[in-house]
Amino acid sequence: MSLQLDFPAVLERWPSFLAGAVLTLELAAFATVLGALLGTLAAVGRGTHNALIAGACKAYVETIRNTPLLVQIFLVYFGLASLGLKFSAFTVAVAALTINVGAYTAEIMRAGFEAIPRGQIEAAEGLALSRLQIYWHIILLPAIEKVYPALTSQFVLLMLASSVCSQISAEELTAVANYIQSDTYRAFETYIIVAVLYVILSLVMRAGFWGLGLVLFPRRRRLGTPL
Amino acid sequence: MGGHLNINHLMFLGQGALWTVGLSVIALIGGGIVGFVIALARISPLKSVRIASAVYVQLIQGTPLLVILFLGYFGLAAIGLKVSPLAAAGASLTLYVAAYLGEIWRGCIQSVPKPQWEAAEGLALSRTQRMTKVILPQAIRIATPPTVGFMVQIIKNTSLASVVGFVELMRSGQIVNNSLFEPFAIYAIIAVTYFAMCYPLSLFSQKLEQRMGRGRSTLAPA
Amino acid sequence: MQQNPSPSEPIVSLRDVKKSFGPLLVLDGVSFAVQRGEVLALIGRSGSGKSTALRCIDRFEKVDGGEIVVCGHRVDRPDVNLRALRQDVGIVFQSYNLFPHLTIEQNITLAPCAVKGVATAQAKDLARKVLAQVGLEEKLHAYPEQLSGGQQQRAAIARSLAMQPKVMLFDEVTSALDPELTAEVLRVIEQLAADGMTMVMVTHEMGFAKGIADRIVFMHRGKVHETGPASILTSPTTPELTQFVGTGNLKS
Repeated sequence: MSLQLDFPAVLERWPSFLAGAVLTLELAAFATVLGALLGTLAAVGRGTHNALIAGACKAYVETIRNTPLLVQIFLVYFGLASLGLKFSAFTVAVAALTINVGAYTAEIMRAGFEAIPRGQIEAAEGLALSRLQIYWHIILLPAIEKVYPALTSQFVLLMLASSVCSQISAEELTAVANYIQSDTYRAFETYIIVAVLYVILSLVMRAGFWGLGLVLFPRRRRLGTPL
Repeated sequence: MGGHLNINHLMFLGQGALWTVGLSVIALIGGGIVGFVIALARISPLKSVRIASAVYVQLIQGTPLLVILFLGYFGLAAIGLKVSPLAAAGASLTLYVAAYLGEIWRGCIQSVPKPQWEAAEGLALSRTQRMTKVILPQAIRIATPPTVGFMVQIIKNTSLASVVGFVELMRSGQIVNNSLFEPFAIYAIIAVTYFAMCYPLSLFSQKLEQRMGRGRSTLAPA
Repeated sequence: MQQNPSPSEPIVSLRDVKKSFGPLLVLDGVSFAVQRGEVLALIGRSGSGKSTALRCIDRFEKVDGGEIVVCGHRVDRPDVNLRALRQDVGIVFQSYNLFPHLTIEQNITLAPCAVKGVATAQAKDLARKVLAQVGLEEKLHAYPEQLSGGQQQRAAIARSLAMQPKVMLFDEVTSALDPELTAEVLRVIEQLAADGMTMVMVTHEMGFAKGIADRIVFMHRGKVHETGPASILTSPTTPELTQFVGTGNLKS
């Protein structure tokens, strides 16, 4: 066994690694925003009295949570192709990741909604606020604040999961690694470097969400207490 | 070229599904054993052990499973260690599962109510006796619902073993598709198969959690 | 349909109201009326149905039978205009239910802006005014968790007042408070009554009820057993009220 590691040979490819990392973050950013919207809508849909909408939302969530992301990506990829629609690998990846994280977000948001005490909703009703206004002013922000740690963890997991998009030729970090290792014959060093880069990306994302939390939740920022 | 989905294809997919189950079991057992060690290490009285295991968990949890798989298969091959797809997938999944199960179980051990730890100490039991006779039996009950829930993650994650050439359900589908060229239909069947394996486990885990909630409330306070 | 009541008609009237929770009959033909500017106290044991009756007035419970008319709204009907009803009726709860993620000012300005379309600057003036009314002007920019229980309840009263309701409902608003904090809330309610607000309150504070209520309605097992001026507490006529008054259910 020849244990001759040559990190410098791989490290000099840092521009490619950087480009891959940037694309990974872009994928994660788009899917996070769109997935958060989709998941919140699905969580609201789960709570309606309309059995059809509530059932459809539940079916969406359970289907995504019980099938692998790789299968979902292929279904989106080949599904769009069979409809004759040609999209870039990036778009397909964002679509599949959005659908995936939307389901997990929906579950987390639903738990957040249910944690809002009934008394506050009654007080809002007593003040003649409409159902929509109650969701927007009374339920949404406090629910997000309650489940913020679980939500942000989910989005970091999403960034890690984006590595699977290498299988449909999206040029994110793992795809870059595959290319570089086949070019340099230094698979071990390449994947070690990429692993470290992903860990760094996770830390960057966590720091970003922590900062965002300070902006979104002024009460917490001022008083320093959880809701 | 082309052709229709016939019983042979379905049997091939079925075989792949069996290998999915097999790999999941390997990951669960291997990852379970190592994960148990990790869980204990995370609460060890020795600071160096605690830190080492924490670093392990942070590293694994901060790396995509696909990268770990590639490290195990291509990475080891590049430094002279040729392994079969099954061995690479099994080892990678074991390391991966160990980190996550270790964390889950550590949380469960630590959520055994503090009075229980103190009662065991008060009875002059040694640390080993405290763990095996008082804490672990209770921790196992607390840990069952999330562990069953994580089994769903394991099954889904085995799909990535296809990328290093291991012929489980996903790879079987790709192979069948190479002769039939009906990707959407085939992957739809594959999705349904995964769903059939995972959904009952998800439901079971939820049921266990509900029962845990009820059972807890009937425990008399200390 | 809403019809504006004439000055002599009661502003709140319940006629033969029935309500069940499953097999349990909670309201068994309840009838009473409240005139404009009147203060009515609803008293009774737990389980007598008094809180349920109050909640029915503002449609927090649907009735199974009977008629409820509030400010010209037919509350017992399924097509009642809830948005209009709840602008005419203000309700304060036992657990204050202030919105924890908003400052006191935001708690108060939310509904006037969102429901009545009041401009933000005007709403802030209104908030200052009603907070002054309850003696809490300095807490404008505080969060609910920074206030004591009594202050939170007074803020909740201010929040309801900001909508300028015609009737105020109080559902055991001092029951969750320590005795020292109860007095400050009762003072505010007393002042509101003196200013001529129509009020219906469910309360255990017999001394207070005796002091400010124009009329008392005693409920027992879902029925109105006795009603009359505050003097019925000192000279009850029915055996149930005699027992209720005599058994230390009161805080006088």
